[in-house]
Amino acid sequence: MLALSGVDAGYGTFQALFGCTLEVRTGEAVAVIGPNGAGKTTLMRVISGLIPARSGTMTMQDLDLVATPPHNIIRLGIAHVPENRRLFPRMTVEDNLRMGAYIPMARARFGERLEFVYDLFPRMRERRNQLAGTLSGGEQQMCAIGRALMSGPKLLLLDEPSAGLAPVVVERIFELIRVIRERDLTVLIVEQNVQQVLQVVDRAYVLEAGSIRMSGSAQELSDNEEVRRLYMGL
Amino acid sequence: MALVIAGVLVVASVVGLPPYPLHIMIVILFWAFTYTGWSLMGRFGLVSLGHGAFMGIGAYVTALLWNYAGMTPWLGIPIALACAMLLAVVVGYPCFRFRITGHYFALVTLALSEVVRQTIIATRDHTGGSLGFTPTPKGNDGTPSIIALQFDEKETWFVIAVVVWLVGLAIWRLVDRSMIRYALDAISEDEDSAAAAGINVTREKLKITMISAVMTALGGALYMQYQLFISPDTVSGIAISLQIVFAVVTGGIFVQLGPTFGAVITLLLAEILRVQIGTDAVGLDNAIYGIALVLFIIFLPKGILGSLIGRFAARRS
Repeated sequence: MLALSGVDAGYGTFQALFGCTLEVRTGEAVAVIGPNGAGKTTLMRVISGLIPARSGTMTMQDLDLVATPPHNIIRLGIAHVPENRRLFPRMTVEDNLRMGAYIPMARARFGERLEFVYDLFPRMRERRNQLAGTLSGGEQQMCAIGRALMSGPKLLLLDEPSAGLAPVVVERIFELIRVIRERDLTVLIVEQNVQQVLQVVDRAYVLEAGSIRMSGSAQELSDNEEVRRLYMGL
Repeated sequence: MALVIAGVLVVASVVGLPPYPLHIMIVILFWAFTYTGWSLMGRFGLVSLGHGAFMGIGAYVTALLWNYAGMTPWLGIPIALACAMLLAVVVGYPCFRFRITGHYFALVTLALSEVVRQTIIATRDHTGGSLGFTPTPKGNDGTPSIIALQFDEKETWFVIAVVVWLVGLAIWRLVDRSMIRYALDAISEDEDSAAAAGINVTREKLKITMISAVMTALGGALYMQYQLFISPDTVSGIAISLQIVFAVVTGGIFVQLGPTFGAVITLLLAEILRVQIGTDAVGLDNAIYGIALVLFIIFLPKGILGSLIGRFAARRS
């Protein structure tokens, strides 16, 4: 579904990604793990067009992503849940969800998508008229995921969904990711919470200093000595 | 609400007001229209300090076409509006494309208003420079009023001003109820998230800037047709740009009648101070005006009308 090959990217004179190659197949859940500053968020932002790729190729279902402006990426079926939620804080929960269905093809099915999200996150239905900025951290994460789901995406990009949340809430977020997977969505997730994320994905890549260092099935990486020592503290 | 006010105003004019209050009301309505145009951008965090430029273009292009090419304002005004729109695109596109926002955007637009003022002054052979410019009166060659868009009766201008003002409010309402409002609200809160949601940030910002610029230019053109005299200081430059911003902030930037309210308060205040103090203490009227504005901005950040509506809504709930 999504394929990156030899992608370089960065900010100004600083290069953050060096020749990244990865693939996400239809129906899969794939994780990108790695330490702080490895370039994980940059990778997500390159895929969703917020940072241009300097070289390499990126395709989504054989359509070129490199030349696609950010506001058209979502039209190809990629929805991005950014790091730190990045909701529209002074809008209500429902207006945030409405913005998620901004593109015409999603707007036409707004009611249906809204029901889908409210069924998935009943808490959001209760809080529909509350300003998004006043939600708790976990609720904001639900709202951010809900907003992304409103566009009816094929591929969901999740950037550190567990960051800054209490352990109990993190549990719930990972549970939600399992539920989302059951709805036939393909997921690419960036996480530092390695132990837990490897329990919900099929495969993972290890990103270090802007390059892919390792990849394998979730089981293989969970058993890998180096991954256990460096990322799980075991 | 707006229609009720309009009705009262029209009745008042039919009953027959003396020329001076009528003049003040016409001026207030034209400015209210211009302020409403500015607030379309301002409410979404696109703080332009350059709307004097659009106003100047609206006034000067129309007047120059009339005097030098004999072109009726019915054609001259659309051309002037097109010029303002073009300028809005030329300045707005690079700003929005390269993410020049907030203070930086304000500074770019601030420069713009001064560039237009200086251009008018520099081309004094045609524009009259700082001394101002007077459109040829219709009487000189017997052109009918309607072609020249010059009317002797204040009542005619009053009706035009009310209609134009209502059109401004209608545009505000249309924007408020359209998808562009959601898009621009989202952009003002988080540009990246807005783009990721599928909003073409550059295009949406450009759209509202063009609407705002055209409204401001129309305000300038009509003000010129009414006053039959313009100078760079009355329709362009930083002073006019700031006057627009202050008035809207005073009235209320987020409510439909806020800019109108701002026009009433600031123009009446300026007029009363000018008449009362006038030449007794030169500059004192402006000083008091300035202090009053500072107090309004500090203590009523939502504007007078915005705060009143907010308080009323809070009491109801």
